[in-house]
Amino acid sequence: MTYGTRISGLGDYRPSTIISNEDMAKLVETSDEWIRTRVGIANRRKAGADETVVTMATAAGAKAIADAGIDPTEIDLVLVATCSLLATMPHAAPRVAVALGIPSPGAVDINAACAGFCYALSFAADAVRGGTARNVLVIGAEKLTDITNWEDRNTCILFGDGAGAALVSRSADGSEGIGPVVMGSAGELSEFITMNDKLQMVMEGQSVYRWATGVLPTVVREILDRTGIDAANLDALVLHQANLRIIDSVARSLHLPESVAIGRDIVESGNTSAASIPLALTTLRETGEVTSGDRMLLLGFGGGLSYAGQVITCP
Amino acid sequence: MTENEILAGLAEIINEVAGVPADQVAADKTFTDDLDIDSLSMVEVVVQAEERFGVKIPDEEVKNLKTVGDAVNFIKAGAAA
Ligand SMILES: CC(C)(COP(=O)(O)OP(=O)(O)OC[C@H]1O[C@@H](n2cnc3c(N)ncnc32)[C@H](O)[C@@H]1OP(=O)(O)O)[C@@H](O)C(=O)NCCC(=O)NCCS
Repeated sequence: MTYGTRISGLGDYRPSTIISNEDMAKLVETSDEWIRTRVGIANRRKAGADETVVTMATAAGAKAIADAGIDPTEIDLVLVATCSLLATMPHAAPRVAVALGIPSPGAVDINAACAGFCYALSFAADAVRGGTARNVLVIGAEKLTDITNWEDRNTCILFGDGAGAALVSRSADGSEGIGPVVMGSAGELSEFITMNDKLQMVMEGQSVYRWATGVLPTVVREILDRTGIDAANLDALVLHQANLRIIDSVARSLHLPESVAIGRDIVESGNTSAASIPLALTTLRETGEVTSGDRMLLLGFGGGLSYAGQVITCP
Repeated sequence: MTENEILAGLAEIINEVAGVPADQVAADKTFTDDLDIDSLSMVEVVVQAEERFGVKIPDEEVKNLKTVGDAVNFIKAGAAA
């Protein structure tokens, strides 16, 4: 027996503390103008001491469950995509599940850095499709400010905290609301994004930029191909929010029609790694740029290097 | 490929990536000061030039390409090799 899948709910959590570019300029030698023109960020959120990967994931998950209107007892699997849990054991997912009142589900963390959410979403869809789970809660949650080198202006201006979640459920009529995933990696380029011995991120920004702008348009075309639709049939493009210039470059090279909404949550949230795609999704929905039934192409990419993406239907 | 063909191709790429009018792209123009192309736009020009002209332009070579003419010569040599 196999089942169709759908995204039944979305949720997010954004820490209340906003760090502006002017605030950043007090920490390192930088300027609002440089950050806006090179990366497109205006503000990012910073989690406080009481806001952890687990609490943020829980808050985003609760909203997704409420949005779907599903009873937590019907959730069989919880997947948390994160790369910023400082103590990797105990992992986040079981703690998130218990906080949400989900009784003893399968609970796993997934680390594929900024690609984590789309990987987790594809595993969730497969689990529902194959009948392993009735509903799967997928969460991307990051407290990147814990692993940021606040003295390195090349990286510290980029990152923010937050969490976003999607509930994956069976579709009533066997239809597919989560398309085939395209995934891949380039481990030979893994030194481009690493962590130092203080567990702070270190990045060769320009090399990553080159890889991303070179490879992502091809990956997007492959996702469209496997899904069996044209770029013109898309309603939204939601890439990992690493740099607005990467997003605009990929959109340009695909010659997308004006009607396609583009996820630009980076402007207000910065780069939140595995959380950036679901955060961009809830923003697009709140602003009314996407509505129920819209087809949205998601593509996560980054550390590893690695990527994964698929087309989903907006709940 | 002649130098003029490479120059015309580069002008098209630079226009698409950075919005510089193609007729302003001449061999003696510097990418940074004359054409106002920043490091990230330069990366995109390089990525597209590699694809279009079938050459490899390594990272360490990019900083030696100060003028459009430098890029034309490098691509011409690379395409001939
Ligand atoms: C990070 C990134 C914005 C840096 O941009 P860049 O153009 O490559 O930056 P560079 O390091 O070449 O620096 C360009 C200049 O700006 C300066 N600079 C760097 N950071 C700066 C900052 N925060 N403020 C002001 N100036 C800065 C540099 O010192 C350099 O000056 P110089 O030309 O006088 O030497 C960009 O490389 C990027 O977005 N890369 C992709 C990142 C990504 O996708 N990550 C995904 C993983 S999550």
